[in-house]
Amino acid sequence: MEPLLGLINLDNEHDFLEELTYFRCGAATPFAGRYRMIDFTLSNMVNSGVEEVAIFTNHKYRALMDHIKTGAEWELARRHGGVFILPPDWNDPTDISRGDLRHFHNNRDFFHRSKADHVLISGSQYLANSPVSKAYEEHLATGADVTVLSTQVTEPDDEHSKLLRIEQDDDGVVKGFSSDPANPTVFTNMYIIKKDVLLKMVDYCIAYHKDNFFLDGIRGKLPDLKIQNFDMNGPGMFVNSIQSYYKHNLGLLNPEMYKSVFFKNQLVKTKLSNEPPAKYINGSAVTKSMVSNGCVIQGKVDNSVLFRGVKVAPSATVKNSIIMQRCVIEDNVHLENVILDKDVHVSAGQQLIGSKGKPYVVAKRQRV
Amino acid sequence: MKKEVIGMLLAGGKGTRLGLLTDAIAKPAVHFGGKYRIIDFTLSNCSNSKIHTVGVLTQYSPLELHKHMGIGKPWDMDRQTDGLSILSPFQASDGASWYSGTADAITKNIHYIDQHDPEYVLVISGDHIYHMDYRKMLEHHKETGASATISVMEVPWDEASRFGILNTKDDLEVYEFDEKPKNPKNNLASMGIYIFTWSDLRQYLVDDEKVEDSDHDFGKDIIPSMLKDGLPMYAYRFDGYWKDVGTIKSYWEANMDLLEEDLTLSLNNKEWRTYSHDSNYPPEYIGETALVKNSLITSGSWIDGTVTQSVLFEKVDVFEGAEVVESIIHPSVKIGKNSKITKAIVMENTTIPDNVVIDGSTYDEPVVINQENYAEFNQAKGVN
Repeated sequence: MEPLLGLINLDNEHDFLEELTYFRCGAATPFAGRYRMIDFTLSNMVNSGVEEVAIFTNHKYRALMDHIKTGAEWELARRHGGVFILPPDWNDPTDISRGDLRHFHNNRDFFHRSKADHVLISGSQYLANSPVSKAYEEHLATGADVTVLSTQVTEPDDEHSKLLRIEQDDDGVVKGFSSDPANPTVFTNMYIIKKDVLLKMVDYCIAYHKDNFFLDGIRGKLPDLKIQNFDMNGPGMFVNSIQSYYKHNLGLLNPEMYKSVFFKNQLVKTKLSNEPPAKYINGSAVTKSMVSNGCVIQGKVDNSVLFRGVKVAPSATVKNSIIMQRCVIEDNVHLENVILDKDVHVSAGQQLIGSKGKPYVVAKRQRV
Repeated sequence: MKKEVIGMLLAGGKGTRLGLLTDAIAKPAVHFGGKYRIIDFTLSNCSNSKIHTVGVLTQYSPLELHKHMGIGKPWDMDRQTDGLSILSPFQASDGASWYSGTADAITKNIHYIDQHDPEYVLVISGDHIYHMDYRKMLEHHKETGASATISVMEVPWDEASRFGILNTKDDLEVYEFDEKPKNPKNNLASMGIYIFTWSDLRQYLVDDEKVEDSDHDFGKDIIPSMLKDGLPMYAYRFDGYWKDVGTIKSYWEANMDLLEEDLTLSLNNKEWRTYSHDSNYPPEYIGETALVKNSLITSGSWIDGTVTQSVLFEKVDVFEGAEVVESIIHPSVKIGKNSKITKAIVMENTTIPDNVVIDGSTYDEPVVINQENYAEFNQAKGVN
């Protein structure tokens, strides 16, 4: 297949996960026991044959850089190509670009240098394990300028209310973008675009003082472009709020969802660790949960996601909760509908109870 | 480049006493402890002891072992000028031959050691489970000014005749090496861990090579002749956990030992980590009908049945109604519905169908099960 360049554009993503994004960007937020949100997008790209990925990031990217490092875990530590984390480093005094156009403008070399003629652009809030190879084949076959990737939402929820809907004709030609909640064809914020079209649009947007590449350059110039819709057709998760974060983490405890997200296609790649197998000590009672390596469990865990290295003391109970890396839960603690960020220590006897609609969130490294 | 100490890790043995487990792979590459291979413990010891130059001598069925070690990345031994080197037998100008003994394997790689020009050489083997700081042993070696230091531990007197026993003076200077003595005078057993002053060892290796009836073995030839010549040799006392996993029984026991809480050998010890490969499998899924008691379970596994006192590697499926008791389940094994596996070691990629009953406790030692032989061990009556 012709080479495809990857771009994960985090420039427009605000800190959408409250306490969890106080000190990190959304893309770097831990998800599903051992991953970070960006792993899904990054793995999809790599699993679809993408060998060069740029990440536009503009703030709170320390955790992101620490996670990705050389990109070796995604096979992206290459002599040529590989992963490029591109934070703002803008020294052009004549630069008049705004919004995410500044990233495109100031990293123009990245696009020029690549041999690929097409670019796959994605955010980090649509999580799925579905390679884009088919979409790319379609994109090449139809000769479209842009192919937008969509998914059908049959059970609309809060997280879908902010998303763009795609209006298309019978041949999948995109006729417009709307916010019509009655339209089930939801845009995943992933699209494939011809590189020369991309560069032309960047010039146009800057010349006309636009500040959003997709909204102004693609949606705004819809009549001038051939835009094709492609249905991703598989389970995916939109994570753009604490509620959707909580819902989708626990949603993976549905056996069908777990199997389809983790095993239907290639494995989702993430930063590897050196944790030993999880240890279940006599007296532990774990049901319907995901448990990661390095955990030591003596208490009760039900319907929960445990990240690596979590310790649960003998008479503690963890229910409907997401417990991130290295949290310590002491004796007689009761947690229900709770999200604990990394390194939280819950002292003996504490009770933390949130609700399904509003989980109780404890920020990183707190002692409760 | 001058090095103070380098490691030479003997990993070429066939490990015949492990039966099926080493049918196709070298003993050091046998799965251990839920996500490790046996050799990970010694390699991690080297890494944690800051010995980053290690030659690994391989010979028997080395493919998986080589693949596992690669360039030594999990142990931080992927380095510019030193790091991990795999030393397999090779063809030289004077012919080709296999390593014929532990000492011979080192002799055939004298050029490798000379290249690093070390003061001392640590000789270890890849089939023991223990955590040990080799730096402390090296300090001891330097303090005593020994030509050779042998790590020892006290074993129960009634087992002493199974080991190489060191008879020492009060200050631990060795005056006699008794290989598997009928009437042991001492219970200090050699752990197969040696530190030599390289210039001394080098001479004995070169000399031993010329002795035609020599087994070219450290225990049988090199150590005794050093002692005979009166070279200073000391024992170094180790009192942590150490286990030779050379037999099915000891292999099974050592895995079960990991389930005990008060062990000095803990995989969760952050001060002395055990390094290995990690994979991209998702966290294990413990289902609604699962019951897990005192066990180790690894990523990618799916548990709907009951797991008791067992060690499960990655990507193991235990279906509803199945029971796994006191067993070691290697990667990608499936245990079918209502099957019961007791005191068994189930090898990689084996699929046990529904309603199979295998009970290793009715045999002398735990049974080793694979796809070919499970039916022979099936004790289920009137089902299927």
